[in-house]
Amino acid sequence: MRRFLQDWAHLLLPAGVLIAGLGVFLVIRAAVVPKSFGEYGHYRGAALEMIRQKPVSYAGQDMCVMCHDDQAKVKAAGKHATVHCEACHGPLAKHAEDPAANVPKLPDVAVLCKRCHEQDPAKPSWFPQVVTAEHSGGMKCTECHQPHSPHIATEADAGSGRGK
Amino acid sequence: MMTRRDLFRIGGKMLVLASVGATLEEITGAAPASEAYKMADHWWGMLIDIDKCIGCGNCVRACSKENNVPNGYFRTWVERYEVPEEGQPKVESPDGAMNGFPLPAPANVKSFFVPKLCNHCADSPCVQVCPVGATFLSPDGVVLVDQTYCLGCRYCVQACPYGCRFLNPETNTADKCTLCYHRITQGLTTACCENCPTGARQLVDFKNPKDPIHEFLRHNKVQVLKPYMATEPKVKYHDLDGAVR
Repeated sequence: MRRFLQDWAHLLLPAGVLIAGLGVFLVIRAAVVPKSFGEYGHYRGAALEMIRQKPVSYAGQDMCVMCHDDQAKVKAAGKHATVHCEACHGPLAKHAEDPAANVPKLPDVAVLCKRCHEQDPAKPSWFPQVVTAEHSGGMKCTECHQPHSPHIATEADAGSGRGK
Repeated sequence: MMTRRDLFRIGGKMLVLASVGATLEEITGAAPASEAYKMADHWWGMLIDIDKCIGCGNCVRACSKENNVPNGYFRTWVERYEVPEEGQPKVESPDGAMNGFPLPAPANVKSFFVPKLCNHCADSPCVQVCPVGATFLSPDGVVLVDQTYCLGCRYCVQACPYGCRFLNPETNTADKCTLCYHRITQGLTTACCENCPTGARQLVDFKNPKDPIHEFLRHNKVQVLKPYMATEPKVKYHDLDGAVR
């Protein structure tokens, strides 16, 4: 019996080393792994909040309408109802924050209208398209069309009840 | 006098206590959840209506400006397919359609536009392969990258079957569509949806019973890209042609 205890004592040293090693591992792990790691899954939970902090560039149509309700009404009644303000006017979150300091420039009509309305067989057939070179003969689109309500009413429209 | 055994015993106890303390601090000291927005109430995705896309590239420009995407890289882009009756389709995307499609498609071939972006897969390969847990599916269903944790190993870039990821040359970390997480969590729509003139792109919340997507799905046939990859994409395409890959 005494002999057995003496042999058993040899295991104490490796056991101690193992426990100490485990302890060192746990301390280093606790120090190195970010606090929120594993909060929702195998990733840093705080990353979600970090990504949310990014500033916004496009204020959104609802924000525009709060001040520019007159233009919004014209647009909502016309063919461009589904086009949000910033789709043509560009990102204006800064303008919404401080309207006086950040005055937006008017968009370049020559480039802007063509991007959507230049004829392309790949575009859906319901979408109004023109070959601009033939359609306007070099005139600016805005000479005839009002961008917020671009349809030009004709006598035929009055008969068919269109006229938007 | 302290024996060697005592040293190990006391030292071991102290180490265990220290690690338990650190773990406890880790659990209790977690960052507080954000105020009004509850992640558990949302499951984000997108609906893309091919029959409404006019290939203007507004979404690509908006995404680039909103998210400061480096030149020549795209978190979203638009492809133009020309599909002949026989043979391989021709796919174009000049500069990601950043300036639309300056040249029209030939009139004698079927052609259409396909906007592409991260599919925010519910079972995404990119998340599975990340060796460090830097990319993940958020509880509200958005696949995101933790820029501070990414090593830039590009494993996820290779794993994505849709080619939606790239290595950002400025940060040297993986980059991708965040579904404008900074916008949708404060009640705004994504930059691409905000700027789509025809409503071809719609942000949808599958967990919101009032979202028009449920009505739409009841009455329309939709498809996802590469369904055989079993990635469960949350970007649904309406009117998608079989030629699209």
